[in-house]
Amino acid sequence: MTTTSGETLVPFDEVLERYDPALGLEVHVELNTNTKMFCGCPAAFGGEPNSHVCPTCLGLPGSMPVVNGKAVESAIRIGLALNCEIAEWCRFARKNYFYPDMPKNFQTSQYDEPIAFEGYMDVDVDGETFRVEIERAHMEEDTGKSTHMGGATGRIHGADYSLVDYNRAGIPLIEIVTKPILGAGERAPEVAKAYVSQLRDLIVALGVSEARMDQGNLRADVNLSLAPKGSGVLGTRTETKNVNSFRSVERAVRFEMQRHAGILDAGGSILQETRHWHEDTGITTSGREKSDAEDYRYFPEPDLVPVAPSREWVEELRGTLPENPTEKRARLQAEWGFTDLDMRDTVGAGALGLIEETIAAGTTPQTARKWWLGEMARRANDSGVDIGDLAVTPTDVAAVQALVDSGTLNDKLARQVFDGLFAGEGTPEEIVATRGLAIVSDDGALSAAVDDAIAANPDVADKIREGKVAAAGALIGEVMKEMRGQADAGRVRELILEKLGQ
Amino acid sequence: MTDIRRSAADLAADLASGATTSVELTQASLDRIAEVDGAVHAFLHVDADGALAAAKASDERRASGQSASALDGVPIAVKDVLATRGLPTTCGSRILEGWVPPYDATAVARVKAAGLPILGKTNMDEFAMGSSTEHSAYGTTHNPWDLARIPGGSGGGSAAAVASFEAPIALGTDTGGSIRQPGAVTGTVGVKPTYGGVSRYGLVSLANSLDQVGPVTRTVLDSALLHEVIGGHDPKDSTSIDQPLPSLVEAARQGATGDLSGLRVGVVKELGGEGYQTGVLTRFQESLDLLVKAGADVVEVSCPNFVHALATYYLILPAEASSNLARFDAMRYGLRVLPEGVEAPSAEDVMRATREAGFGDEVKRRIILGTYALSSGYYDAYYGQAQKVRTLISRDFDAAFAQADVLVSPTAPTTAFPIGEKVDDPLAMYLNDLATIPANLSGVPGISVPSGLAEEDGLPAGFQILAPALADDRCYRVGAALEALLLEQWGGPLLDKAPALDGASA
Repeated sequence: MTTTSGETLVPFDEVLERYDPALGLEVHVELNTNTKMFCGCPAAFGGEPNSHVCPTCLGLPGSMPVVNGKAVESAIRIGLALNCEIAEWCRFARKNYFYPDMPKNFQTSQYDEPIAFEGYMDVDVDGETFRVEIERAHMEEDTGKSTHMGGATGRIHGADYSLVDYNRAGIPLIEIVTKPILGAGERAPEVAKAYVSQLRDLIVALGVSEARMDQGNLRADVNLSLAPKGSGVLGTRTETKNVNSFRSVERAVRFEMQRHAGILDAGGSILQETRHWHEDTGITTSGREKSDAEDYRYFPEPDLVPVAPSREWVEELRGTLPENPTEKRARLQAEWGFTDLDMRDTVGAGALGLIEETIAAGTTPQTARKWWLGEMARRANDSGVDIGDLAVTPTDVAAVQALVDSGTLNDKLARQVFDGLFAGEGTPEEIVATRGLAIVSDDGALSAAVDDAIAANPDVADKIREGKVAAAGALIGEVMKEMRGQADAGRVRELILEKLGQ
Repeated sequence: MTDIRRSAADLAADLASGATTSVELTQASLDRIAEVDGAVHAFLHVDADGALAAAKASDERRASGQSASALDGVPIAVKDVLATRGLPTTCGSRILEGWVPPYDATAVARVKAAGLPILGKTNMDEFAMGSSTEHSAYGTTHNPWDLARIPGGSGGGSAAAVASFEAPIALGTDTGGSIRQPGAVTGTVGVKPTYGGVSRYGLVSLANSLDQVGPVTRTVLDSALLHEVIGGHDPKDSTSIDQPLPSLVEAARQGATGDLSGLRVGVVKELGGEGYQTGVLTRFQESLDLLVKAGADVVEVSCPNFVHALATYYLILPAEASSNLARFDAMRYGLRVLPEGVEAPSAEDVMRATREAGFGDEVKRRIILGTYALSSGYYDAYYGQAQKVRTLISRDFDAAFAQADVLVSPTAPTTAFPIGEKVDDPLAMYLNDLATIPANLSGVPGISVPSGLAEEDGLPAGFQILAPALADDRCYRVGAALEALLLEQWGGPLLDKAPALDGASA
């Protein structure tokens, strides 16, 4: 198999016959602090371009940074939740490179002294636990956002001009870097997806970020290399940037494994480079070459003093951590009465948190599971998005189910309400009203429809009169069709039997 | 009557007594600027309207019985490296031509809040890189003592403005001697406060770990008064020291009584002797003798690592500067130059063309040095090693301050040299800061006080007093004592011996 750009892709199973994959994931988490990393500007998403800016985040001459204490707190909590050591003393460093969306032409980041290091996260993959080791989590500032105008691709090449919005410049980021993940074998794509997805759950549980991949406040870079099977060495890696859904993480790993194998099989060597992920076509293309010659000239930021969190503070923050994810999964399974298979499907679909929230909003565990793993999973899959990024929220699902429970809707009508929700037609109640979806149990309307059905099917009616009650089903179907599904089926049956003397 | 030759302290007294008004005083300063600045070229921008408006406000405040500070109404000049809201700030560079900051540096904001009218912005070596002001993109400043000579640098503009009576006082910045060396060669007083003692917020960074804002004045007491206005903690500068300033004005007044009994003065062996001009050394020894007469005990101290100070400085400074200056890329403000002969230039093309056209040779030299020193594979050998030597220099200071309360040396090895003499010899230029650089490397405070005129050329020399970090008050006490003793000997201020310059611009 070859791609449009002429690259040979080796079938996935064959890749594994000859190679061992090594994964590495770099995840950037945009914190939800009120203000930016080094100034007092609002860190809120959106806003008129260049309205959340000041001399410091614009890097104006003479401006100086001041560290956001809340961001340090969030960084420490993330580090602790990832079982990391927390530095007793660490510094910020300047990462120097020229790019128009970086106001100072250096990014204030951390280099060899990260705030958190040497941790791990236990990831659940198909019911088994896979330990991902964390190398470090460090603090840094986001860059501005460039929009390339003109040209066909929206990329910088071929653009007529570019606009830069510095509202995002200086928003606090935590970059979480794994150690090379070895031994995942054929499960490498799933491990990558499960890690990012479960890391997101953890971040959400910590309450430190909105952590929405579709809005860019959780961004994953996927590093991948292949080595000859059993060789125990690390091959040359590529870094695929800005893979912005869990699903794409899995697909990007799979694609790069197949692509690398194609090159290696042909006796070629992998170019160490940055690659771009294309969501639409499901392939990666070459970005800039990332050779070892790229030199960021890191040095400690002289405008900031070292960050030295006291041990007392770190312990205090440890006390604020949410439940350990592994223990939490076990607890929820017991509470909800899910089978191991139910639980595996739930975690695999990335729906654990969604189901938990739906139950909290008032449904039973089984109902919540039914909607998320059935209807919602199908819709997410059809539209190629992560289930958590659907327009329908756990609160919506619970509200629709409440309408079912009260007899206003049946499951079929409920699906139509979800259609309305996806189309942005308002709340479930509003959609029921505007679409006229409520079940009809008004005897007047039903009675007329039943009379019509009896008149139209005299033979069936006779059978029922003779005591063959089961034949009522045909008439019920007729009535339901007439009422476009909105009749209360139980009441229709009662009316038929009543009218035919049964 | 308004006598612009009086000290800021005396002018403040005149304002308080009603002998003059801030408007009169400010206008007199503006008149003097109009009269002599064509020849001196201390100013890059004069803000007559703004200064007079502030002066009027000061007079009104005083009329209503209020005063914003001890210096309320005394006009001031500001080095063009400090951001001034609504006033051009060029740092002596073409690349910032036309940039008007939307905010004030903290030191500027404090000066304004204290009621000092700002006369304008003073000339400097581009981005404060130099010891002569010859590296300004907007022309050289001339030394009021001899217009054919340099006024020192980088803050030659502030020093010359004060020495030529264009402004009673000024703000400067000192990264390796840029306040003290111009003070020495223009016969004025200059102070580099303890690192972190004055906020750097709004100071366009040359080398963040070395830069410090400080006073440029004609008397030690005036420096203390200004230092108290601008000093103290600022939450906008993370490196600013969060504790109260020592009482500097009181220390200056106490020192002026001329009693230094029990004070231990350390003469730094490595900062003198070979390479120092005879007349500078003579004046230094004479000042030292006066300190002894005032009751001080003199000891010789050795700071063996000071011989590496210049090399260390010329690794750390360019490294930090190369990164600081990266932001000048034509994308957001300042100069923008489109490359010639390039159709549809990219952002990188424009950055390259602008930086090529907008930076002077000395700036480019240091960007290249700094980029090299930070490069992968060279970092440990250069920048990393320099930081280690920096620690050793600080240890030398610690050891020396265990033996002495203050350390002294000539401020600069020579008097003012002729314009053009060293401009093409960077190493010779760098040597001017030999004695001032160690203080910046370890963050300790220093003052330069005029020590008289060198016999061989009749030009001013400076006497440097260094104190331990946070003990800025010692600089003022000893500086004021020396000043008082020398004034007695001279029979009047040293600047009385400078050319009048009256009508110099005509």
